[in-house]
Amino acid sequence: MSTKVKDTILSLLVYLSSFLTICSLVAILGYILWNGLGALNFNFFMELAPSIITTLLVIFVSILISVPIGICAAIYLHEYAKNKRVVELINFAIDSLAGIPSILYGLFGLVFFVITMKLNWSILAGSLTLGIMILPTIIRVTQESLKMVPDSFREGSFALGASKVTTLLKIIIPAAIRGIITAVILSIGRIVGETAAVFLTVGTVDKVPDGVMSSGRTLSVHFYLLVKEAIGPDAFNQAFGTATLLIIIVLMIVLFTQFLFRGRND
Amino acid sequence: MKKKLDKLAELLFITSAIICVLALLLIMIFIFYKGAPSILETGVFKFLFGVEWQPRAEVFGILPMITASVLVTIGAILIGAPVGVLTATFIVYLAPKRIGNILKTATDVLASIPSVIYGFFGLMIIIPFIDRFLAGGAGGNSILAAIIILSIMILPTVISISESSMREVDISYRDASLALGATKISTIFKVMIPSAFSGIMAAVILGVGRALGEAMAVILVSGNAPFMPDSILAPVRTMSANIALEMGYASGAHQEALFGTGVVLFVFIFIINFIFYIVKHKGGVKN
Amino acid sequence: MDSITKIKTENLELFYGEVQALKNINLDIKEKEVTALIGPSGCGKSTFLKTINRMNDLIVGCKINGKVIFDDIDIYGQDIDIITLRKKIGMVFQKPNPFKMSIYDNIAYGPRIHGVKKKSSLDEIVEKSLRKAFIWDEVKDRLKTNALSLSGGQQQRLCIARALAVDPEVVLMDEPTSALDPISTLKIEDLISELKKNYTIIIVTHNMQQGARISDRTAFFLSGEVIEYDLTDTIFTNPKNPKTEEYITGRFG
Repeated sequence: MSTKVKDTILSLLVYLSSFLTICSLVAILGYILWNGLGALNFNFFMELAPSIITTLLVIFVSILISVPIGICAAIYLHEYAKNKRVVELINFAIDSLAGIPSILYGLFGLVFFVITMKLNWSILAGSLTLGIMILPTIIRVTQESLKMVPDSFREGSFALGASKVTTLLKIIIPAAIRGIITAVILSIGRIVGETAAVFLTVGTVDKVPDGVMSSGRTLSVHFYLLVKEAIGPDAFNQAFGTATLLIIIVLMIVLFTQFLFRGRND
Repeated sequence: MKKKLDKLAELLFITSAIICVLALLLIMIFIFYKGAPSILETGVFKFLFGVEWQPRAEVFGILPMITASVLVTIGAILIGAPVGVLTATFIVYLAPKRIGNILKTATDVLASIPSVIYGFFGLMIIIPFIDRFLAGGAGGNSILAAIIILSIMILPTVISISESSMREVDISYRDASLALGATKISTIFKVMIPSAFSGIMAAVILGVGRALGEAMAVILVSGNAPFMPDSILAPVRTMSANIALEMGYASGAHQEALFGTGVVLFVFIFIINFIFYIVKHKGGVKN
Repeated sequence: MDSITKIKTENLELFYGEVQALKNINLDIKEKEVTALIGPSGCGKSTFLKTINRMNDLIVGCKINGKVIFDDIDIYGQDIDIITLRKKIGMVFQKPNPFKMSIYDNIAYGPRIHGVKKKSSLDEIVEKSLRKAFIWDEVKDRLKTNALSLSGGQQQRLCIARALAVDPEVVLMDEPTSALDPISTLKIEDLISELKKNYTIIIVTHNMQQGARISDRTAFFLSGEVIEYDLTDTIFTNPKNPKTEEYITGRFG
């Protein structure tokens, strides 16, 4: 085959693949929004209130647990760690955690937090499980943003006699704050979309939770149950509405993180 | 005083980092502790290679699930990996900047769509399509449906990691190849992509992990029958789906067998993670 | 002019892992003078500078033998508070490195971390430091703007002001003008000559004319050793070591 023919075939494949990628996205978004936007009205949101509240609580508690640990671990890895062995071990653990599928997180949360720790199906049990699940995202994104802080900032601060903690709190973290916010927002996206790890730990009860020890049903779990069990004649209409709401949330998250990221390049 | 504060802070930071290691250990220990006895009771061979899954009769063989997981994963990789890598190629080397950015945003959106929505899309669009045009009305819940949905779901992972490893290839390679009179396309495929090979491998391996572990989207499209498949249009149940489907109501020996399924899945995932770790560190790829 | 010794090193050696970067350095740095460290790249002059405020502590695998005596105290001895040490020995870097905050906050950063809280005291320190660094008139109307909006030369004078704000006794300067244009360089040189009335200054420079213009004493470094250390006039007009002569006449480096 001549180079020209080969080149043409290869470029066609490249274009075709990119086209397929875009098409998949457009098809999914288009289908959901087209059928679901009409379902979003006041009544719909009232019916969905328990799930929305549960989702917000799960997000809040998971972030509260995971973000401080994640940021501190990233600071350790980037600003402190000197022993190569220790760093390798921690990196291996983080990569492994990132690779564990959510259904296994669900299993773990069920046997450890729900049963062994006797937290029962509850927002707390679910948030602890999700907290571990989102740790890798928070650590890696925070680490990336710490890398962007120039060393000259650190030197400048140390040379003035600032301690390491002062330098961290007053110079490094403020300079990396955009990245840290990005990490938090990405984690929120992950939690909103999660089903497998959630229904095994938070439960599926459709009620307004009265605290973190209460069980509940997040939006994604609610959507799954609607689709899987098609409860009631109105189920699919509700399902489209819920899917639309989920899509709008993740779209906002993506756009917001891109906005944050672009702001950094200016 | 300040020195003490510094020490205290360092302790806090290292403790947080250690928590990651502890969490991993805890997850491994608890899943194995709950699942291993069931496997041993049934017998390792019977559990792994038994073709019957009848919880009520306490017969637990997961070969159909292992087979299903392997088949849908291979299928998803066969479609998703080339499409993803070629899309990354387009973004990095061929697309005008604006179109490249649009594709990158599209990738980010694909990555953040909840998996249940992928499953729902498959249920509403892909299954009827397969049912009508391929299965002739025999039902569209099948290996093929799972493969199609999973291959879309792994795209963002494959694209974004391939993209970043392609971007790390020294651009002077390209100039060197072009200066030797190679065409743009053959430069990309003969010089640039091979130079990013280990990163692309890492991307594909992560895609394997994602496909193997996915439960909710698969449940909605695969039919969930715990039998050995006889064609690509047969309904199947993957290991992840098995756990997610029955964990909600299982108890006793049944629940333990589901944890046993979790152990097997975990071993698969761990092997994949390990390969990823090796490839990533050998090739110096950034995650 | 035999003035008081401010810093004295005794048999100072420094290793990065296996590599020896400084060999047997014995120098007497005099108070309220400008001491220039010259030599080709990689000769150890910047490394030496950083041993004086222990900035090398930040580098993994760095080991130091010998003594650096500052006001009769060995700064590598036990019970040395690095924070107090760095407060007394300020540093200005090769590339201006203002923090990403306002001009005012940049200057106030040092005093604040060392415990100054009162607004009026901070105001006073900020103005005094900016005046000392000859930049007050240029920035007094925009103290709240981000320091990164200043020009390179202004940024470097800001960094000098920032170093002065914690009231140091010694100021270390690591090629402070290498990233600046000639006019900004001249302003900084004027500033240095003014500052030596009150401060002991040690400056690493690549630019031999600069060393000759502003310093009282000069140390010539080569491969981690001090080849010659004397009054600047002597070094530049009548060097004793042939290697020094080769270097200052531009035969290598």
